[in-house]
Amino acid sequence: MKLTIRALLGACAIGAISTAVMAETTITVATVNNGDMVRMQGLMDDFYAKHPDIKVEWVTLEENVLRQNVTTDIATGGGQYDVITIGTFEAPIWAKQGWLEGLNDLPADYDIDDLLPAIRGGLTVDGVLYASPFYGESSFVNYRKDLAAAAGVTIPDAPTWDDIMAAAAAMTDQEAGIYGICLRGKAGWGENMAFLTSMANSYGARWFDENWVPQFDSPEWKAVLTDYVEMLTKYGPPGASNNGYNENLTLSLQGKCAMRMDATVSAGSLTDPAQSEFAEQVGFALAPDMGLGKRANWLWAWSLAIPASSDAKEASKAFINWATNKDYLALVASKEGWRNAPPGTRTSLYANPEYAALPFAKMTIDSINAADPTNPTVKPVPYVGVQFAAIPEFAGLATGVGEIFSAALAGQKTVDEALAEAQALSVDEMTAAGYIK
Amino acid sequence: MARAQSPRRTALMTLAAWSVALIIFFPVLWMILTSFKTETSAVAMPPEFLSADWTLDNYVEVWARSDYPRFFWNSVVISVGSTLLGLVIAVPAAWAMAFVPGNKTKDLLMWMLSTKMMPAVAVMIPLYLLFLKLGLIDTKIGLVIALMLMNLPIIIWMLYTYFKEIPAEILEAARMDGAGLWNEIVHVLTPMAIPGIASTMLLNVILAWNEAFWTIILTTTKAAPLSAFIASLSAPQGLFYAKLSAASAMAIMPILILGWFSQKQLVRGLTFGAVK
Repeated sequence: MKLTIRALLGACAIGAISTAVMAETTITVATVNNGDMVRMQGLMDDFYAKHPDIKVEWVTLEENVLRQNVTTDIATGGGQYDVITIGTFEAPIWAKQGWLEGLNDLPADYDIDDLLPAIRGGLTVDGVLYASPFYGESSFVNYRKDLAAAAGVTIPDAPTWDDIMAAAAAMTDQEAGIYGICLRGKAGWGENMAFLTSMANSYGARWFDENWVPQFDSPEWKAVLTDYVEMLTKYGPPGASNNGYNENLTLSLQGKCAMRMDATVSAGSLTDPAQSEFAEQVGFALAPDMGLGKRANWLWAWSLAIPASSDAKEASKAFINWATNKDYLALVASKEGWRNAPPGTRTSLYANPEYAALPFAKMTIDSINAADPTNPTVKPVPYVGVQFAAIPEFAGLATGVGEIFSAALAGQKTVDEALAEAQALSVDEMTAAGYIK
Repeated sequence: MARAQSPRRTALMTLAAWSVALIIFFPVLWMILTSFKTETSAVAMPPEFLSADWTLDNYVEVWARSDYPRFFWNSVVISVGSTLLGLVIAVPAAWAMAFVPGNKTKDLLMWMLSTKMMPAVAVMIPLYLLFLKLGLIDTKIGLVIALMLMNLPIIIWMLYTYFKEIPAEILEAARMDGAGLWNEIVHVLTPMAIPGIASTMLLNVILAWNEAFWTIILTTTKAAPLSAFIASLSAPQGLFYAKLSAASAMAIMPILILGWFSQKQLVRGLTFGAVK
C-alpha cells in the first residue's frame, strides 16, 4: 500500500514538474499599425522557434487610441499589456513616473552599444534604457531631381532655408499641378507642430525659456510662421492646412510635390518603383538650417518597453531582445531585402555595405545624427526633445497651438493673431500646470 | 378626403428622397468602393471612381492578418447580450413608470436621459479601475454590463413610450381576472408591446454593435469586438486606406444587412406614438 502511495505521489510530482517546465507564458504586445510592425507579426515563426514556451498575443491599434489605452492601463497599474509600443515622447516621461521596467539587463547579444547614440539618448533616463528602439526616424527633404534640373536649380545636400524657398519658387507650376513644396499643415502635436517645432529650432526659436515662459511673442517665432505660411500659400498644394503625413506622401508618390520635408521612414516608399513612377527621380537632402547651428529635422523612434505592472517581464524581455536585435534586421533582409529592414536604430545597419548602398541610407543616418534631443535649440531650454518638449502637458498644448497655426495657414487669421493666441493659450496652460509661478 | 398628389409633385418628392438617401449613404458607398481598390488607387488625386484598379486583395489580406471570426463572435455576444440584459431590467422599470407613476417619475426619466449627455471620457478612469478590481477587463460579461448600463436609459425611454400607448384598462381587467404582477407583465403587457420591444431590441443591438469607445478601452485580446478590429487597421502614418475600408465594410456588413431586413419594424417602432 505504502509503495502504491509513494508511486502515486512520485507520479504527481513528476507531472507537476513537467507541467511547470512546459508551461507556456503568454505575453500581450500592444503595437501601432505600420508597415514595420505588420512585417514583424509575419515573422513570428522565427521567434516561436527560438522561444517555444512563449506565446504572443497582439493588440494592434491606431497610434492615438493605443496611447490612450496604454496610458490608462499603465497609470492604473492594470497590467493588461506586457510589451508596449511607445515613442521618444512618452519614454522619458513614463520612465520618470516609474511606469517602465529598465532594459539595461538585456542579454549581451542585444549589443546595447550598437544603438545609434541619438536614439538611445532619447530613450534613456539616468543611464537606464527604458525602451528598445524598433525603428527610428528623422526628417529630411525629398525632391524630384528632374524638376530641379528643368528649373535650373541645385539643391545642396545641406541646404539653407533660402535655398529651399528659392527652389520651391522655381519648381512651382500650379497649372501643371506641380507644387514647389509640400509640408504638414494638418493640426496636431504629431502633425504640423512636429514640423513647425523642428523648423523653429533651426530659426533660433524655442517653445519656452529657461523659466518655462512661452516664447511665441518672440521675433524668431514670427519669422518661422511667416515663412511657413508664405511658402505653403505661394508654392504649396491647395488645402495644405488639411495635409498630414499620408496626404503629402501620396502627392509625392504621384510626382506632384517637387519638394517635401517629412519623415525619413517614407524613403522606402518614395524609391520603390512599385509605388511611384518617379522613384528613380527622387533625391534627398538634409533638413535646412539658417546658419545658426541647428537643422530643422526631428527625431523619433517607435520603441518597445515593458510596463512595470507586467507579470511576465522575463518573457517580455526575450521578445524585445528578439524584435530589436541585430539578428532581426538580418532576418528581415533575408526574407524581404535590406530596403525593408527597420531603419534608424543601429550603427551596424549603416555599416552594412548592402544597406549603405540604398539611395536613402546615408541621408537618413546623417539626419538622425544631426538631431540632438538633449540640446535641441539655439538658445537654452529647460526640456529635452527635438520636435516636442518632453512634459506631460505638451501633447494637449501643442495640439491647441497646432489648431491655431493651421487656421493661420488656412487664412482664417493673420500670423500676428495666431502667435498672440498661441502665446495666451500657452501662458494659461503653463500657469495652470504650475510651471509658471 | 385626401387630396391626390400630382404626378409631377410625386416625381419631385421621389427625386428629392433619393437624393437625400444617396447623400446620406454616399460615405458608406465610397468606403465599399475603396475597399476594392489598390492602396495607390484609394488615395489617388483626383479620386478614381471608375478607372481604379479593382482588387479583392484587401479583403484577403485583412482576413489573413486578423482573426475576424473571433471579433465577429465577440460583437454578437456583446451586442445581443447587453440588449437582452437591458430588456430584463427595462421592461419592469418602464411598466412601473408608465402604469404606476409617482410624483418624481418625469424627473427620473429626465435624469436617466441626462446621463447620456455626460462625456464618456469623464468616467473613463473610475470605470476602468472598477472593472480592474472586479476582474472584468477584457471579458465579454464586463462589456455586456457596460453597454447595457450605457444604453439602459434609451431602452427604458423607448419602452416607456410604447407602454404609454397601451390602455391601462386592459391591465386592470387582467388584474381583476386574478393575474399577478408577473403574469400581468409577461402574459398581458409584453405580447401587446412586442412590436415596440422588437424595435427597441434592434436599435440597441445596432447601438451596441457600433460602440467604439468603451469596447476599445475595456478590451485587449479576448473580448475585443469589431470596433477593435477596425482600430487595428487604422494608421496615421502609412497607406492603409483600402485595407481599412475593407475592414470597415466587413465590420458593418452584418449590422447593415440586419438593418436592411428589419427597416420596416425599426421605422414603425421609432415613430410609434410620435404622431397622435
